[in-house]
Amino acid sequence: MASMRDIQRRKASVQSTGQITKAMKLVSTVKLQKSRNRAENTKPYFENMYETVTSVLARSGNIRHRFLKQVEGRKKAVIVITSNRGLAGGYNSNIVKMITGNEELKADDVLLYTVGRKGKDSLTRKGYTVKKDYSDAVEEPIYRDAMDISRDVLEAYESGEIGEIYIAYTVFKNTVSHIPTLKKLLPVSLDFELNNEDKKIPMNYEPDEEEVLDVIIPKYISSLIFGALIESVASENGARMAAMDSATSNAEEMIADLSLKYNRARQSSITQELTEIIAGSEAIG
Amino acid sequence: MEDNKYFDLEIISPERVFFEGKAHFLELTTSEGEMGIYKNHIPMTTVLVPCVVTIHMEEGEKLAAVHAGFVLILQDKITIMAEVAEWPEEIDVNRANEAKLRAERRLKSGGDDVNVHRAELALKRSLVRLQATKKI
Repeated sequence: MASMRDIQRRKASVQSTGQITKAMKLVSTVKLQKSRNRAENTKPYFENMYETVTSVLARSGNIRHRFLKQVEGRKKAVIVITSNRGLAGGYNSNIVKMITGNEELKADDVLLYTVGRKGKDSLTRKGYTVKKDYSDAVEEPIYRDAMDISRDVLEAYESGEIGEIYIAYTVFKNTVSHIPTLKKLLPVSLDFELNNEDKKIPMNYEPDEEEVLDVIIPKYISSLIFGALIESVASENGARMAAMDSATSNAEEMIADLSLKYNRARQSSITQELTEIIAGSEAIG
Repeated sequence: MEDNKYFDLEIISPERVFFEGKAHFLELTTSEGEMGIYKNHIPMTTVLVPCVVTIHMEEGEKLAAVHAGFVLILQDKITIMAEVAEWPEEIDVNRANEAKLRAERRLKSGGDDVNVHRAELALKRSLVRLQATKKI
């Protein structure tokens, strides 16, 4: 059996780890609250944007726009959103696994635009090419960041370097469930349902459809990226909170176990001492 | 019947719902020029340039600086999707002034097309900001 001092030392170390995880849990709970509120504030913009774009596209059925054309044989761009820091359970590795596990996204025909150092590092190790990194944006994403990213990917799209744009991020469903998701941004897919109301109202475009689409689609992409950033931040904090919560309860369990062991060891050492004393006094007496 | 001239107006920016309420007249500048909208306008989607949006409401006029975005006009509802929207009281006049001077200087010194374009946009934004604060 381990000595009393060993047990005590181990207990102290577990206790201090537990304190750290508990503090981290509190911090990420507060951050989660904040990022959830932000996610809710940004929803109206995103939803309106989605409605507009789908109804514009639906009403003008046969538009040939450069953002809607499927081009084969070009590289694919993936915007990967992970975190800068670890200790968030499976948050980062789920995203990485989703990309490496996807047959369509082989390392040599994918260009990455990464947000978050963790994902960037592990995907670089796996042989993926990182075209550009925006890791500074992860802590508190602002709309500007999304605009920068969408400008860069759209430039690459228009110059013919890439033919498809995907975004890999974590959907924040609720506090405990976060779903890694891969979404296609460009070319915009046209397979959505139209409700009848939309068809009734004829919409006019000024100056004309194509120019309106020229302006709206990049904004649509930025808003999607922004929404993904905000949701990923909420998921990150949620995942970290859950991970830290289970770490804290594990630490507590270990402490309880170690205290029991410590008490047993103390009791047995007392018993042993007593036995020795009695044996000694008997030998003398 | 007085109530009937009002339409719903929403100005939404990525960070928040900037404005939500009823108005009877709206002034804004699109890529085609200045525009005034009453209720029952034909449905239209159009592109905004950086401009001062004037909202005429029952309680009076309200100004807002809007940079980049587009407008969705339906007969009884207008939605402005703005990438940046600011109330005049949120604008830092000194900063806008400085930005204006900087942009003007950059335009004077010339440079390649991209920089000129950016400087022009910056100048436009600062002018809109200043305009919005001056009108109060």
